[in-house]
Amino acid sequence: MSLLVEFLNTLKTTVVDVLPILSIILVFQLLVIRKPIHKVKQVGFGFIYVLIGLSLFLLGLEKALFPLGKLMAEQLTANEFILGNDTATTIATWSDYTWVYVFAAAIGFSTTIAEPSLIAVAIKAEEVSGGAIKANSLRITVAIGVAIGIALGSYRIVVGHPIHYYIITGYIIVVIQTFFCPKLIIPLAYDSGGVTTSTVTVPLVAALGLGLASTIPGRSALIDGFGLIAFASLFPIIAVMAYAQITQVKTHKKTNR
Amino acid sequence: MNQQLFVFFKALLGSCKDLLPIVLVIAFFQFAVLQQPMPNLGDIFIGLGFVVLGLTFFIYGLEMGLFPIGESMAQAFARKGSIWWLVTFAFCLGFGTTVAEPSLIAVAKEAANVAAIGGIIANDAQAQLDYANGLRFTVAFAVGFAIVVGVLRILRGWPIHYLIIGGYIMVVIMTSFAPTWIIGIAYDSGGVTTSTITVPLVTALGVGLASAIKGRNPMVDGFGLIAFASLTPMVFVMIYGMVLG
Repeated sequence: MSLLVEFLNTLKTTVVDVLPILSIILVFQLLVIRKPIHKVKQVGFGFIYVLIGLSLFLLGLEKALFPLGKLMAEQLTANEFILGNDTATTIATWSDYTWVYVFAAAIGFSTTIAEPSLIAVAIKAEEVSGGAIKANSLRITVAIGVAIGIALGSYRIVVGHPIHYYIITGYIIVVIQTFFCPKLIIPLAYDSGGVTTSTVTVPLVAALGLGLASTIPGRSALIDGFGLIAFASLFPIIAVMAYAQITQVKTHKKTNR
Repeated sequence: MNQQLFVFFKALLGSCKDLLPIVLVIAFFQFAVLQQPMPNLGDIFIGLGFVVLGLTFFIYGLEMGLFPIGESMAQAFARKGSIWWLVTFAFCLGFGTTVAEPSLIAVAKEAANVAAIGGIIANDAQAQLDYANGLRFTVAFAVGFAIVVGVLRILRGWPIHYLIIGGYIMVVIMTSFAPTWIIGIAYDSGGVTTSTITVPLVTALGVGLASAIKGRNPMVDGFGLIAFASLTPMVFVMIYGMVLG
Protein backbone atom coordinates (compact mmCIF):
# COMPACT_ATOMS: atom_id res chain seq x y z
CA MET A 1 0.00 0.00 0.00
CA SER A 2 2.77 2.43 0.92
CA LEU A 3 4.43 1.38 -2.30
CA LEU A 4 1.40 2.61 -4.21
CA VAL A 5 1.51 5.94 -2.37
CA GLU A 6 5.19 6.27 -3.20
CA PHE A 7 4.47 5.47 -6.83
CA LEU A 8 1.71 8.08 -7.01
CA ASN A 9 4.01 10.67 -5.45
CA THR A 10 6.73 9.95 -7.99
CA LEU A 11 4.16 10.04 -10.78
CA LYS A 12 2.96 13.43 -9.57
CA THR A 13 6.50 14.89 -9.61
CA THR A 14 7.13 13.48 -13.07
CA VAL A 15 3.88 14.96 -14.39
CA VAL A 16 4.76 18.36 -12.92
CA ASP A 17 8.20 18.16 -14.55
CA VAL A 18 6.67 17.37 -17.92
CA LEU A 19 3.95 20.02 -17.74
CA PRO A 20 6.02 22.88 -19.25
CA ILE A 21 7.02 20.72 -22.24
CA LEU A 22 3.48 19.54 -22.71
CA SER A 23 2.01 23.04 -22.61
CA ILE A 24 4.56 24.38 -25.11
CA ILE A 25 3.74 21.55 -27.50
CA LEU A 26 0.00 22.07 -27.13
CA VAL A 27 0.14 25.86 -27.49
CA PHE A 28 2.21 25.67 -30.68
CA GLN A 29 0.24 22.77 -32.09
CA LEU A 30 -3.12 24.41 -31.54
CA LEU A 31 -2.37 28.11 -32.04
CA VAL A 32 0.46 28.15 -34.58
CA ILE A 33 0.28 24.93 -36.57
CA ARG A 34 -3.50 24.84 -36.14
CA LYS A 35 -3.93 21.26 -37.18
CA PRO A 36 -5.13 18.32 -35.13
CA ILE A 37 -2.31 16.10 -33.91
CA HIS A 38 -1.75 13.16 -36.22
CA LYS A 39 -2.83 9.90 -34.53
CA VAL A 40 -3.70 11.85 -31.40
CA LYS A 41 -4.84 8.77 -29.49
CA GLN A 42 -1.62 6.89 -30.05
CA VAL A 43 0.51 9.92 -29.13
CA GLY A 44 -1.55 10.49 -25.98
CA PHE A 45 -1.08 6.90 -24.87
CA GLY A 46 2.60 7.20 -25.72
CA PHE A 47 2.90 10.16 -23.34
CA ILE A 48 1.07 8.26 -20.61
CA TYR A 49 3.40 5.30 -21.08
CA VAL A 50 6.42 7.58 -20.89
CA LEU A 51 5.15 9.13 -17.65
CA ILE A 52 4.33 5.78 -16.04
CA GLY A 53 7.57 4.25 -17.28
CA LEU A 54 9.72 7.10 -16.02
CA SER A 55 8.02 7.12 -12.61
CA LEU A 56 8.44 3.36 -12.17
CA PHE A 57 12.03 3.65 -13.31
CA LEU A 58 12.87 6.43 -10.84
CA LEU A 59 11.06 4.76 -7.95
CA GLY A 60 12.84 1.47 -8.64
CA LEU A 61 16.24 3.16 -8.77
CA GLU A 62 15.47 4.97 -5.53
CA LYS A 63 14.45 1.67 -3.90
CA ALA A 64 17.09 -0.71 -5.21
CA LEU A 65 20.17 0.85 -6.69
CA PHE A 66 20.83 4.33 -5.40
CA PRO A 67 21.06 3.58 -1.65
CA LEU A 68 23.40 0.66 -2.21
CA GLY A 69 25.45 2.37 -4.91
CA LYS A 70 25.89 5.50 -2.84
CA LEU A 71 26.82 3.52 0.27
CA MET A 72 29.30 1.57 -1.82
CA ALA A 73 30.90 4.75 -3.15
CA GLU A 74 31.29 6.00 0.43
CA GLN A 75 32.75 2.72 1.71
CA LEU A 76 35.20 2.38 -1.15
CA THR A 77 36.52 5.89 -0.65
CA ALA A 78 36.67 5.69 3.17
CA ASN A 79 40.16 5.77 4.67
CA GLU A 80 39.69 2.46 6.49
CA PHE A 81 39.15 0.70 3.19
CA ILE A 82 41.89 2.49 1.27
CA LEU A 83 44.61 1.97 3.89
CA GLY A 84 43.38 -1.43 5.10
CA ASN A 85 45.06 -2.88 8.18
CA ASP A 86 48.43 -1.56 7.17
CA THR A 87 49.05 0.78 10.09
CA ALA A 88 52.59 1.62 9.03
CA THR A 89 51.40 3.96 6.29
CA THR A 90 48.93 6.64 7.16
CA ILE A 91 49.03 8.63 3.97
CA ALA A 92 47.46 7.09 0.90
CA THR A 93 49.13 7.55 -2.47
CA TRP A 94 47.23 7.58 -5.74
CA SER A 95 47.94 3.89 -6.35
CA ASP A 96 46.10 2.91 -3.16
CA TYR A 97 42.88 3.88 -4.87
CA THR A 98 42.92 1.10 -7.49
CA TRP A 99 39.51 -0.24 -6.45
CA VAL A 100 38.06 3.25 -6.66
CA TYR A 101 39.17 3.58 -10.29
CA VAL A 102 37.83 0.11 -11.11
CA PHE A 103 34.53 0.95 -9.42
CA ALA A 104 34.37 4.32 -11.20
CA ALA A 105 34.86 2.69 -14.60
CA ALA A 106 32.46 -0.18 -13.88
CA ILE A 107 29.69 2.04 -12.52
CA GLY A 108 30.17 4.53 -15.37
CA PHE A 109 29.86 1.77 -17.96
CA SER A 110 26.90 -0.03 -16.42
CA THR A 111 24.79 3.04 -15.63
CA THR A 112 25.32 4.39 -19.16
CA ILE A 113 24.02 1.14 -20.66
CA ALA A 114 20.77 1.64 -18.70
CA GLU A 115 20.44 5.38 -19.47
CA PRO A 116 17.01 5.98 -21.10
CA SER A 117 17.96 9.11 -23.07
CA LEU A 118 20.94 7.31 -24.62
CA ILE A 119 18.62 4.44 -25.59
CA ALA A 120 16.37 7.01 -27.30
CA VAL A 121 19.19 8.59 -29.30
CA ALA A 122 20.62 5.17 -30.20
CA ILE A 123 17.25 3.94 -31.50
CA LYS A 124 16.90 7.09 -33.60
CA ALA A 125 20.46 6.79 -34.93
CA GLU A 126 19.91 3.18 -36.02
CA GLU A 127 16.64 4.17 -37.71
CA VAL A 128 18.08 7.22 -39.51
CA SER A 129 21.26 5.49 -40.64
CA GLY A 130 19.23 2.62 -42.07
CA GLY A 131 20.90 0.15 -39.72
CA ALA A 132 24.48 1.15 -40.59
CA ILE A 133 24.87 2.28 -36.99
CA LYS A 134 23.74 -0.40 -34.57
CA ALA A 135 21.97 0.95 -31.49
CA ASN A 136 23.75 -1.48 -29.20
CA SER A 137 27.24 -0.85 -30.59
CA LEU A 138 26.70 2.88 -30.15
CA ARG A 139 25.57 2.41 -26.55
CA ILE A 140 28.53 0.18 -25.71
CA THR A 141 30.97 2.65 -27.30
CA VAL A 142 29.48 5.56 -25.36
CA ALA A 143 29.56 3.49 -22.16
CA ILE A 144 33.26 2.74 -22.65
CA GLY A 145 33.83 6.47 -23.08
CA VAL A 146 32.00 7.25 -19.85
CA ALA A 147 33.93 4.49 -18.03
CA ILE A 148 37.28 5.96 -19.08
CA GLY A 149 36.09 9.49 -18.31
CA ILE A 150 34.88 8.76 -14.79
CA ALA A 151 37.96 6.70 -13.94
CA LEU A 152 40.21 9.51 -15.13
CA GLY A 153 38.06 12.07 -13.32
CA SER A 154 38.44 10.10 -10.06
CA TYR A 155 42.20 9.99 -10.58
CA ARG A 156 42.14 13.77 -11.01
CA ILE A 157 40.32 14.22 -7.70
CA VAL A 158 42.82 11.90 -5.98
CA VAL A 159 45.91 13.70 -7.27
CA GLY A 160 44.25 17.13 -7.16
CA HIS A 161 45.09 18.48 -10.63
CA PRO A 162 43.05 21.48 -11.85
CA ILE A 163 40.09 20.34 -13.92
CA HIS A 164 40.48 22.68 -16.87
CA TYR A 165 43.80 21.18 -18.01
CA TYR A 166 42.04 17.86 -18.53
CA ILE A 167 38.96 19.32 -20.18
CA ILE A 168 40.96 21.56 -22.52
CA THR A 169 43.22 18.63 -23.52
CA GLY A 170 40.06 16.63 -24.20
CA TYR A 171 38.76 19.45 -26.41
CA ILE A 172 42.00 19.47 -28.40
CA ILE A 173 41.70 15.72 -28.97
CA VAL A 174 38.07 16.16 -30.10
CA VAL A 175 39.05 18.91 -32.54
CA ILE A 176 41.88 16.84 -34.05
CA GLN A 177 39.62 13.78 -34.35
CA THR A 178 36.92 15.86 -36.03
CA PHE A 179 39.17 16.49 -39.03
CA PHE A 180 39.95 12.79 -39.58
CA CYS A 181 36.60 11.28 -38.74
CA PRO A 182 33.87 10.16 -41.19
CA LYS A 183 31.58 13.20 -41.66
CA LEU A 184 28.40 11.22 -41.03
CA ILE A 185 29.24 10.38 -37.45
CA ILE A 186 30.37 13.83 -36.21
CA PRO A 187 26.99 15.30 -35.12
CA LEU A 188 25.98 12.03 -33.45
CA ALA A 189 29.32 11.87 -31.64
CA TYR A 190 28.89 15.44 -30.34
CA ASP A 191 25.36 14.60 -29.20
CA SER A 192 26.45 11.49 -27.35
CA GLY A 193 28.36 13.67 -24.91
CA GLY A 194 25.23 15.40 -23.69
CA VAL A 195 22.90 12.45 -23.36
CA THR A 196 25.02 10.23 -21.16
CA THR A 197 24.60 12.18 -18.00
CA SER A 198 21.07 12.01 -16.73
CA THR A 199 18.76 9.93 -14.59
CA VAL A 200 20.91 6.93 -13.70
CA THR A 201 24.46 8.16 -13.99
CA VAL A 202 24.40 11.51 -12.21
CA PRO A 203 23.32 10.48 -8.67
CA LEU A 204 25.81 7.60 -8.42
CA VAL A 205 28.68 9.50 -10.00
CA ALA A 206 28.01 12.55 -7.82
CA ALA A 207 28.11 10.30 -4.73
CA LEU A 208 31.46 8.92 -5.85
CA GLY A 209 32.91 12.38 -6.46
CA LEU A 210 31.68 13.80 -3.16
CA GLY A 211 32.88 10.69 -1.29
CA LEU A 212 36.35 10.96 -2.78
CA ALA A 213 36.66 14.69 -2.25
CA SER A 214 35.53 14.53 1.37
CA THR A 215 37.93 11.76 2.45
CA ILE A 216 41.10 12.98 0.77
CA PRO A 217 42.87 15.64 2.81
CA GLY A 218 43.20 18.97 1.04
CA ARG A 219 40.23 18.43 -1.30
CA SER A 220 37.07 20.44 -0.93
CA ALA A 221 33.86 18.55 -1.53
CA LEU A 222 32.34 21.68 -3.00
CA ILE A 223 35.12 22.42 -5.48
CA ASP A 224 36.58 18.99 -6.31
CA GLY A 225 33.46 16.89 -5.77
CA PHE A 226 31.89 18.31 -8.90
CA GLY A 227 33.40 17.96 -12.33
CA LEU A 228 33.04 14.20 -12.83
CA ILE A 229 29.97 14.98 -14.93
CA ALA A 230 32.07 17.14 -17.22
CA PHE A 231 34.44 14.18 -17.75
CA ALA A 232 31.49 11.88 -18.41
CA SER A 233 30.19 14.18 -21.14
CA LEU A 234 33.54 14.69 -22.88
CA PHE A 235 34.95 11.19 -23.25
CA PRO A 236 31.98 9.60 -25.08
CA ILE A 237 32.59 12.10 -27.92
CA ILE A 238 36.17 10.86 -28.23
CA ALA A 239 35.07 7.22 -27.97
CA VAL A 240 32.37 7.45 -30.65
CA MET A 241 34.69 9.20 -33.09
CA ALA A 242 37.46 6.69 -32.38
CA TYR A 243 35.03 3.83 -33.01
CA ALA A 244 34.00 5.35 -36.34
CA GLN A 245 37.63 5.79 -37.33
CA ILE A 246 38.50 2.20 -36.44
CA THR A 247 35.52 0.91 -38.45
CA GLN A 248 36.53 3.09 -41.38
CA VAL A 249 40.12 1.83 -41.36
CA LYS A 250 38.90 -1.77 -41.19
CA THR A 251 36.52 -1.49 -44.15
CA HIS A 252 39.16 0.43 -46.07
CA LYS A 253 41.60 -2.46 -45.63
CA LYS A 254 38.96 -4.94 -46.75
CA THR A 255 38.18 -3.05 -49.95
CA ASN A 256 41.88 -2.69 -50.77
CA ARG A 257 42.44 -6.42 -50.76
CA MET B 1 -3.43 -10.68 -28.23
CA ASN B 2 -0.94 -13.48 -27.82
CA GLN B 3 1.45 -11.83 -30.18
CA GLN B 4 1.24 -8.52 -28.32
CA LEU B 5 2.06 -10.34 -25.14
CA PHE B 6 5.04 -11.94 -26.85
CA VAL B 7 6.32 -8.55 -28.01
CA PHE B 8 5.89 -7.15 -24.50
CA PHE B 9 7.86 -10.02 -22.96
CA LYS B 10 10.59 -9.58 -25.52
CA ALA B 11 10.80 -5.90 -24.57
CA LEU B 12 10.91 -6.81 -20.88
CA LEU B 13 13.76 -9.21 -21.59
CA GLY B 14 15.58 -6.42 -23.41
CA SER B 15 15.23 -4.15 -20.38
CA CYS B 16 16.57 -6.92 -18.13
CA LYS B 17 19.62 -7.10 -20.36
CA ASP B 18 20.08 -3.32 -20.13
CA LEU B 19 20.03 -3.53 -16.37
CA LEU B 20 22.21 -6.61 -15.97
CA PRO B 21 25.57 -4.74 -15.97
CA ILE B 22 24.58 -2.54 -12.99
CA VAL B 23 23.40 -5.56 -11.01
CA LEU B 24 26.62 -7.43 -11.74
CA VAL B 25 28.83 -4.46 -10.81
CA ILE B 26 27.03 -3.85 -7.52
CA ALA B 27 26.99 -7.55 -6.61
CA PHE B 28 30.68 -7.96 -7.44
CA PHE B 29 31.76 -4.99 -5.33
CA GLN B 30 29.47 -5.90 -2.46
CA PHE B 31 30.55 -9.56 -2.21
CA ALA B 32 34.08 -9.67 -3.60
CA VAL B 33 35.58 -6.30 -2.76
CA LEU B 34 33.75 -4.97 0.30
CA GLN B 35 32.87 -8.52 1.43
CA GLN B 36 29.53 -7.69 2.93
CA PRO B 37 26.11 -9.33 2.70
CA MET B 38 23.39 -7.74 0.58
CA PRO B 39 21.04 -5.65 2.76
CA ASN B 40 17.22 -5.68 2.22
CA LEU B 41 17.22 -8.23 -0.54
CA GLY B 42 13.42 -8.01 -0.82
CA ASP B 43 13.44 -4.26 -1.43
CA ILE B 44 16.16 -4.61 -4.00
CA PHE B 45 14.24 -7.20 -6.00
CA ILE B 46 11.04 -5.13 -5.94
CA GLY B 47 13.01 -2.08 -7.00
CA LEU B 48 14.72 -3.93 -9.84
CA GLY B 49 11.34 -5.17 -11.04
CA PHE B 50 10.12 -1.55 -11.12
CA VAL B 51 13.16 -0.39 -13.04
CA VAL B 52 12.76 -3.12 -15.68
CA LEU B 53 9.03 -2.45 -16.06
CA GLY B 54 9.61 1.32 -16.15
CA LEU B 55 12.28 1.12 -18.83
CA THR B 56 10.02 -1.09 -20.98
CA PHE B 57 7.10 1.33 -20.70
CA PHE B 58 9.35 4.29 -21.39
CA ILE B 59 10.68 2.81 -24.64
CA TYR B 60 7.13 1.90 -25.75
CA GLY B 61 5.96 5.44 -25.08
CA LEU B 62 9.01 6.88 -26.79
CA GLU B 63 8.17 5.27 -30.12
CA MET B 64 4.42 5.83 -29.76
CA GLY B 65 4.38 9.40 -28.48
CA LEU B 66 7.58 11.41 -28.14
CA PHE B 67 9.25 10.57 -31.47
CA PRO B 68 6.09 10.97 -33.61
CA ILE B 69 5.06 14.31 -32.06
CA GLY B 70 8.57 15.75 -32.39
CA GLU B 71 8.80 14.73 -36.04
CA SER B 72 5.28 15.74 -37.02
CA MET B 73 5.74 19.20 -35.50
CA ALA B 74 9.05 19.62 -37.29
CA GLN B 75 7.40 18.70 -40.57
CA ALA B 76 4.45 21.01 -39.94
CA PHE B 77 6.80 23.94 -39.28
CA ALA B 78 8.83 23.11 -42.37
CA ARG B 79 5.67 23.07 -44.49
CA LYS B 80 4.45 26.32 -42.95
CA GLY B 81 7.70 27.89 -44.04
CA SER B 82 7.80 30.54 -41.34
CA ILE B 83 11.28 30.76 -39.85
CA TRP B 84 10.09 33.10 -37.11
CA TRP B 85 7.56 30.67 -35.67
CA LEU B 86 10.06 27.83 -35.87
CA VAL B 87 12.72 29.88 -34.07
CA THR B 88 10.21 30.96 -31.42
CA PHE B 89 9.17 27.36 -30.91
CA ALA B 90 12.81 26.27 -30.67
CA PHE B 91 13.56 28.91 -28.08
CA CYS B 92 10.47 28.11 -26.01
CA LEU B 93 11.23 24.41 -26.10
CA GLY B 94 14.81 24.94 -24.91
CA PHE B 95 14.01 27.60 -22.32
CA GLY B 96 10.80 26.02 -21.05
CA THR B 97 12.12 22.53 -20.56
CA THR B 98 15.28 23.74 -18.83
CA VAL B 99 13.97 26.38 -16.46
CA ALA B 100 11.85 23.80 -14.60
CA GLU B 101 14.42 21.01 -14.74
CA PRO B 102 14.72 19.56 -11.21
CA SER B 103 18.42 18.71 -11.43
CA LEU B 104 19.17 22.27 -12.52
CA ILE B 105 17.16 23.69 -9.61
CA ALA B 106 19.14 21.46 -7.24
CA VAL B 107 22.50 22.45 -8.72
CA ALA B 108 21.63 26.16 -8.68
CA LYS B 109 20.64 25.96 -5.01
CA GLU B 110 23.87 24.20 -4.14
CA ALA B 111 25.89 26.73 -6.11
CA ALA B 112 24.20 29.60 -4.26
CA ASN B 113 25.14 27.93 -1.00
CA VAL B 114 28.80 27.66 -2.06
CA ALA B 115 28.83 31.27 -3.19
CA ALA B 116 27.40 32.47 0.12
CA ILE B 117 29.96 30.51 2.13
CA GLY B 118 32.73 31.75 -0.12
CA GLY B 119 31.64 35.34 0.43
CA ILE B 120 30.82 35.98 -3.22
CA ILE B 121 27.29 37.05 -2.37
CA ALA B 122 25.70 38.22 0.88
CA ASN B 123 25.01 35.35 3.26
CA ASP B 124 21.25 35.76 3.52
CA ALA B 125 18.32 33.88 2.06
CA GLN B 126 17.27 36.62 -0.34
CA ALA B 127 20.71 37.00 -1.92
CA GLN B 128 21.03 33.23 -2.29
CA LEU B 129 17.62 32.96 -3.91
CA ASP B 130 18.44 35.78 -6.33
CA TYR B 131 21.73 34.16 -7.24
CA ALA B 132 20.17 30.69 -7.74
CA ASN B 133 17.39 32.12 -9.88
CA GLY B 134 19.88 34.15 -11.88
CA LEU B 135 21.86 30.99 -12.56
CA ARG B 136 18.75 29.04 -13.53
CA PHE B 137 17.52 31.67 -15.96
CA THR B 138 21.01 32.03 -17.41
CA VAL B 139 21.21 28.30 -18.12
CA ALA B 140 17.64 28.17 -19.47
CA PHE B 141 18.33 31.13 -21.74
CA ALA B 142 21.53 29.44 -22.91
CA VAL B 143 19.66 26.26 -23.82
CA GLY B 144 16.95 28.23 -25.65
CA PHE B 145 19.67 30.05 -27.56
CA ALA B 146 21.40 26.73 -28.32
CA ILE B 147 18.28 25.14 -29.82
CA VAL B 148 17.70 28.27 -31.93
CA VAL B 149 21.27 28.17 -33.28
CA GLY B 150 20.95 24.42 -33.84
CA VAL B 151 17.70 24.82 -35.76
CA LEU B 152 19.14 27.63 -37.89
CA ARG B 153 22.10 25.38 -38.62
CA ILE B 154 19.75 22.68 -39.90
CA LEU B 155 17.86 25.20 -42.06
CA ARG B 156 21.01 26.67 -43.56
CA GLY B 157 23.09 23.47 -43.61
CA TRP B 158 26.09 24.93 -41.77
CA PRO B 159 28.70 22.30 -40.91
CA ILE B 160 28.44 21.52 -37.22
CA HIS B 161 32.11 21.25 -36.34
CA TYR B 162 32.94 24.92 -36.98
CA LEU B 163 30.22 25.97 -34.55
CA ILE B 164 31.20 23.42 -31.90
CA ILE B 165 34.91 24.15 -32.19
CA GLY B 166 34.09 27.86 -32.00
CA GLY B 167 32.15 27.11 -28.82
CA TYR B 168 35.10 25.19 -27.38
CA ILE B 169 37.41 28.11 -28.11
CA MET B 170 34.93 30.40 -26.34
CA VAL B 171 34.90 28.07 -23.31
CA VAL B 172 38.71 28.00 -23.17
CA ILE B 173 39.03 31.79 -23.47
CA MET B 174 36.29 32.38 -20.92
CA THR B 175 37.91 29.93 -18.49
CA SER B 176 40.98 32.12 -18.24
CA PHE B 177 38.91 35.26 -17.52
CA ALA B 178 36.06 33.92 -15.40
CA PRO B 179 36.39 33.87 -11.60
CA THR B 180 37.59 30.44 -10.40
CA TRP B 181 34.54 29.80 -8.19
CA ILE B 182 32.22 29.73 -11.18
CA ILE B 183 34.26 27.33 -13.38
CA GLY B 184 33.28 24.02 -11.77
CA ILE B 185 29.60 24.97 -11.75
CA ALA B 186 29.80 26.21 -15.33
CA TYR B 187 31.40 22.99 -16.60
CA ASP B 188 28.82 20.81 -14.86
CA SER B 189 25.87 22.95 -15.93
CA GLY B 190 26.37 21.73 -19.49
CA GLY B 191 25.64 18.18 -18.42
CA VAL B 192 22.58 18.67 -16.24
CA THR B 193 20.38 20.45 -18.75
CA THR B 194 19.37 17.56 -20.94
CA SER B 195 16.63 15.52 -19.32
CA THR B 196 15.16 12.18 -20.28
CA ILE B 197 12.11 13.68 -21.95
CA THR B 198 13.83 16.64 -23.62
CA VAL B 199 16.43 14.48 -25.37
CA PRO B 200 14.03 12.30 -27.43
CA LEU B 201 11.85 15.32 -28.29
CA VAL B 202 14.74 17.51 -29.40
CA THR B 203 16.35 14.64 -31.33
CA ALA B 204 13.07 13.92 -33.14
CA LEU B 205 12.68 17.64 -33.89
CA GLY B 206 16.15 17.83 -35.46
CA VAL B 207 15.81 14.65 -37.47
CA GLY B 208 12.27 15.62 -38.56
CA LEU B 209 13.42 19.06 -39.75
CA ALA B 210 16.41 17.65 -41.61
CA SER B 211 14.26 15.08 -43.40
CA ALA B 212 11.56 17.64 -44.28
CA ILE B 213 13.95 20.16 -45.84
CA LYS B 214 15.27 19.41 -49.31
CA GLY B 215 19.01 18.86 -49.55
CA ARG B 216 19.51 18.07 -45.87
CA ASN B 217 20.68 14.69 -44.69
CA PRO B 218 19.02 13.60 -41.41
CA MET B 219 22.22 11.89 -40.29
CA VAL B 220 24.55 14.84 -40.96
CA ASP B 221 22.14 17.68 -40.20
CA GLY B 222 19.51 16.13 -37.93
CA PHE B 223 21.72 15.32 -34.95
CA GLY B 224 23.67 17.93 -33.02
CA LEU B 225 20.98 19.93 -31.21
CA ILE B 226 21.87 18.33 -27.88
CA ALA B 227 25.54 19.07 -28.43
CA PHE B 228 24.72 22.79 -28.63
CA ALA B 229 22.49 22.55 -25.57
CA SER B 230 25.35 21.13 -23.51
CA LEU B 231 27.91 23.65 -24.75
CA THR B 232 26.24 27.09 -24.49
CA PRO B 233 25.37 26.87 -20.76
CA MET B 234 29.10 26.68 -19.94
CA VAL B 235 29.79 29.94 -21.79
CA PHE B 236 26.72 31.74 -20.46
CA VAL B 237 27.29 30.69 -16.84
CA MET B 238 30.88 31.92 -17.01
CA ILE B 239 29.61 35.24 -18.40
CA TYR B 240 27.15 35.35 -15.49
CA GLY B 241 30.04 34.78 -13.09
CA MET B 242 32.06 37.56 -14.70
CA VAL B 243 29.17 40.00 -14.52
CA LEU B 244 28.73 39.29 -10.81
CA GLY B 245 32.44 39.16 -10.05
